[in-house]
Amino acid sequence: MSEKELTQRKAWDKVLASLKKRSLWMLHYCTGCGAVELPPTMTSRFDMERFGIMPMVTPRQADILLITGYLSVKTLKRVIMIYEQMQGPKYVVGFGSCTINGGMYWNSYTTIKSLDRYLPVEQYIAGCMPRPEAIIAGFNSLMDKIGRGEANSWKDYYTNYDFYRENQHHVFGEMETHHDIKSDGAYYGILEARYE
Amino acid sequence: MIKLATELAARYGSRGWHNQRPDLASVQIDLSRLHDALAWLKDNMGYTHLSFMTAIDNIERGVFTLTYTLRNHAWNDGKGHSLMIHADVDRSKPEVDSIHRLWGQAWTYQREMKEWYGIDFPGSPRVDEEFVLEGWEGPPMMRRDFDSLAYSDATYAERPGRVSHDPETYMKEKLYPEAEA
Repeated sequence: MSEKELTQRKAWDKVLASLKKRSLWMLHYCTGCGAVELPPTMTSRFDMERFGIMPMVTPRQADILLITGYLSVKTLKRVIMIYEQMQGPKYVVGFGSCTINGGMYWNSYTTIKSLDRYLPVEQYIAGCMPRPEAIIAGFNSLMDKIGRGEANSWKDYYTNYDFYRENQHHVFGEMETHHDIKSDGAYYGILEARYE
Repeated sequence: MIKLATELAARYGSRGWHNQRPDLASVQIDLSRLHDALAWLKDNMGYTHLSFMTAIDNIERGVFTLTYTLRNHAWNDGKGHSLMIHADVDRSKPEVDSIHRLWGQAWTYQREMKEWYGIDFPGSPRVDEEFVLEGWEGPPMMRRDFDSLAYSDATYAERPGRVSHDPETYMKEKLYPEAEA
């Protein structure tokens, strides 16, 4: 979103954003070891719920897709299918070094090294693994971005779909995800609607 | 155990019997007599349980060493005894008799070895199907001449900026840079 658009946001958008950022449902896709930091983050010690973040079990009702660790070619396929089912606005949070640069799996024959080439990542939380404090700091920064109306990288998946699709193809070839990305983009008003 | 070792050597030419523990021994058998030896151990000597089956890439000798771990649960008043049977197969032509008719579960191991080492087991059920990898096109990745880093670099794009240090020199620079080399 350009600076002009940001400064000229309507009052209603600002209200909506401040409500939106306080009600985030998180789908955690727990691969790798990072998932072990989530139970303390969710339960009474660190208590994620005080920020309005709650776990959700289905992708269609979730706002955040949290990827907690390395993704192999097989899991990446599943993650993309999950991601495309989610309704916008949706935020991918890459958790731990594995999603950033491969982490300790940098020379593995089957794990991807940089998640943002395959999905638009809104927020990275660095660390191997990040402690609950870091996770909460990451989520706070995500909430600030949503409140300011800057968390828009999910739109990039529609406008820049060819880039993501090409990288996905490079890793695992053609795959039918049962989602018409162009129609979805038109539904959100990101792409022009097609009348055929 | 000595009786079993001598009998196995007399019948199937096994060699190199080695007692690793009181309840675990290993022995080497030629590939051509492997299937007969396994069947004999299962039917006559009480080694009824195939507990493990894998391969080792001995690239220095140009062979894959297949390892079958059998267990006799009744031995020594129920304490049990495990026998590891090693058999070498030529690395350039890795083809081994399937044992799925002796132990039904063996086809899973064999499918795994077909995918990971490229060892073929003709006649084994579903041996040519994908086991763990989906759409794998590279060479079998558990072979030691498979270069994981080169494959990873070619297939998965890397984020620039990653550096690695030699731990010894790096910590020295950080902690006591004034020390002499």
